[in-house]
Amino acid sequence: MLAKRIIPCLDIKDGRTVKGINFVDLRDAGDPVELAEIYSKEGADELVFLDISATEQKRKTLADLVYRVAEKVNIPFTVGGGISSVEDVDILLQNGADKVSINSSAVKNPQLINDLVAKFGSQCIVVAIDAKQINGEWIVHLVGGKVPTERKLFEWAKEVEERGAGEILFTSMDNDGTKDGFANEALARLSTELNIPIIASGGAGNKQHFTDTFIEGKADAALAASVFHFKEIGIQELKLELQGNGIPVRV
Amino acid sequence: MKIVIINYGAGNIQSIKFAIKRLGYEAVLSNDVSEIQRADKVIFPGVGEASSAMKMLLNSGLDKVIPTLKQPVLGICLGMQLMCNSSEEGNTTGLGIFDVDVVKFDNAVKVPQIGWNKIENLKSSLFTDVPEDYIYLVHSFFAPLCKETIAQCSYGINYSAALKKDNFYGTQFHPEKSSDVGEKILENFLKM
Repeated sequence: MLAKRIIPCLDIKDGRTVKGINFVDLRDAGDPVELAEIYSKEGADELVFLDISATEQKRKTLADLVYRVAEKVNIPFTVGGGISSVEDVDILLQNGADKVSINSSAVKNPQLINDLVAKFGSQCIVVAIDAKQINGEWIVHLVGGKVPTERKLFEWAKEVEERGAGEILFTSMDNDGTKDGFANEALARLSTELNIPIIASGGAGNKQHFTDTFIEGKADAALAASVFHFKEIGIQELKLELQGNGIPVRV
Repeated sequence: MKIVIINYGAGNIQSIKFAIKRLGYEAVLSNDVSEIQRADKVIFPGVGEASSAMKMLLNSGLDKVIPTLKQPVLGICLGMQLMCNSSEEGNTTGLGIFDVDVVKFDNAVKVPQIGWNKIENLKSSLFTDVPEDYIYLVHSFFAPLCKETIAQCSYGINYSAALKKDNFYGTQFHPEKSSDVGEKILENFLKM
């Protein structure tokens, strides 16, 4: 039986992890490779690296990081943040990334999804969608949820699937940072209307939230950052609790 | 020991190379026929779409070479699928090493299958000291159970997670991405 996945997300700037990360046993708290190895040993199923740097050297710095992660880590990882061309993706995959995630560039140029799928296959193309509710309707947003678009979440998600994406990473901007739980109603609707895996993101605050998003939200995977970085939730203990609740996980 | 990863333009080859390095071996990438033939172990990777990957094999002449290899050969993911008779993906013929036709998952399950599933019913020295445990997969097409099945997974139906015929092995999963379990399987192959 396919297990539900737990995915820590690391924000990267200029090749270093951002935000305070509360790992006392880290030699270098800013080294994404070391953190990735620790998460992998603790039982993370996958890792996501989200690059938020905006320098001219960005592309090379990120490719170097991907290479160093692939060298050390024996679980799959996804790289996202500012990826906007077939060439960008080619470089990252060649350096050892398993998947890439695209977000704004897909909204601006949906054909990019088709082009990437044709060249690299569905299995490595994740489309990230940030959305929040405006007057009761889920609206797709860009720039980390700051800029609303014309697109509605469920229509856009369906289009993303039809264009061949292998997976959707859905972040609810209404839930992100609240620690009140994932947007399970919207997630369940995505999971029911689409036939590709859905990764839940935004709102994780405690272990019960993960159980809820797998059961009520019908999510295939759950992504979180701060609860893992600040050791509020250990991955191993989380997985044991999920297992106790009858959710298939890799322990 | 000379390990060659066949480089025909398909797939995430870097990860396999790194996994082999973590086990203390070195692998070289090559599409040179005599170098492949002289290797002690051959790894046949593949990620992407079956019919276009098969075209790359045909163009390079490797489609004729791979089935005649005598040393242990390990096909991974699409590599394994291309070693079968045919694939529904792009309706392509395969190398015909494994006597089974690759088909698509039906819509009763989410496609692609992405993530960790359990390998069961393990039947080869490839799995020496390997428990029935989780391995990492990402695929939309699969080889049904057949006489060459040496491990199975369940996703809607039971299907082949690994195949073996003579010196040829194939895994639908990615041993290079399957944590310690995957590394043990890769090590077993390299020690054959």
